[in-house]
Amino acid sequence: MTGTMAAVGAGLAVIGAGLGIGRIGGSAMDAIARQPEASSKIQINMIVAAALIEGAALFAIVVSLIAKG
Amino acid sequence: MRFVKGILFSLLLLIFSAPLAAQEEQEATGAEEEFDPGTFILAHIADSHEWHILTKKNGESVAIYLPVIVYQKDKGLDIFSSRRLAEGKEYKGYKVVEEEGDLKGKIVNVKPDGSIDEKNLPLDFSITKAVVGMLFAALIGLWLFVSLGSSYKKTGISNPKGIQSFLEPVVLFVRDDIAIPIIGEKKYEKYMPYLLTAFFFILLNNIIGLIPFPPPFGANVTGNIAVTFVLALCTFLITQFSGNKHYWKDIFAAPGVPVWLLPIMIPVEVIGMFSKPFALMIRLFANITAGHIIVLSLVCLIFIFKSLAVAPVSIFFVIFMDCLELLVAFLQAYVFTLLSTLFIGLAVKEEH
Repeated sequence: MTGTMAAVGAGLAVIGAGLGIGRIGGSAMDAIARQPEASSKIQINMIVAAALIEGAALFAIVVSLIAKG
Repeated sequence: MRFVKGILFSLLLLIFSAPLAAQEEQEATGAEEEFDPGTFILAHIADSHEWHILTKKNGESVAIYLPVIVYQKDKGLDIFSSRRLAEGKEYKGYKVVEEEGDLKGKIVNVKPDGSIDEKNLPLDFSITKAVVGMLFAALIGLWLFVSLGSSYKKTGISNPKGIQSFLEPVVLFVRDDIAIPIIGEKKYEKYMPYLLTAFFFILLNNIIGLIPFPPPFGANVTGNIAVTFVLALCTFLITQFSGNKHYWKDIFAAPGVPVWLLPIMIPVEVIGMFSKPFALMIRLFANITAGHIIVLSLVCLIFIFKSLAVAPVSIFFVIFMDCLELLVAFLQAYVFTLLSTLFIGLAVKEEH
């Protein structure tokens, strides 16, 4: 039972990460469309923000790995 | 430039050989028993006292047995090869725990009546797989940067060639895009050695962890939470010791906060002080370990389905995941360094 709940928890965390990174990607696309010459700066910042969000999602994965015992 | 191309090409080739190496290892034992992907993967991720290379058909394992260095107060310091403890044997009163549970894989004392002493664990300073991987990465880093330094001494700051052209842009990137904008022109130089060390240590260990063969490569160093704990601890100590008056004032008596709010603000700030390096530790550990687990699972697909037709699909996915892991290797080194710089910058910021 704890194994299944841990897996469900991990899946829920990925929903949050997916939504967050999707929004970042969308805003980055809008910004690049508005100002193509700033595209490399925007790209770098997008990757950094995505890594930070992924860090938060991986917190949840670590907790679920611990919870499954 | 040719040198750079050579390095990148051979790195790419080595990474592509990943699925082949794992396959050869498993074909020997796949016939007799049910393949258990869970234990297989966890055994590859975890640290161990021996470097397992392959298991022959008759069950014997071929491995490089690393030295064990244990210290127990009444027995003193003992140094011996882990071959003496292989497969659950007991030597000089020490034994590796094989049963499931908290102590699995650790070296414990054996009491005279044969049972395991669970309270009194010996101090284990062994050279394990992760330590060998770390030392190897340190040697590579040392070689790269000592030759960089000596080539600058010979030719001065002039047209870069050879190893310079590969490392100089990265070092300048850490200085110009990470350190100077965040810490400031006047104070960044003091912290450059630590930032460069952290960046290249994490980068080299990540990349070496991706290459499966031959033995000093392929140790899971940055995916070991003890290693990332020490890295985060270094950042924590450097931030605290270089904090100036404004930094401590902001934590314990933030300006503009009414006095009655302080009993809430101070614990929150102190927790924030600890949680930032904690996040650094977990982020690096989880990213690298997750990457290794994904690659290993995709290769294990071939053995779960036990059919050769799955092989091309699996190998294609593994190549894709390995390229993604290469990106993650660079990215995690960059994010760790960037966040460490941010914390240091917060600590030394002048009041404006």
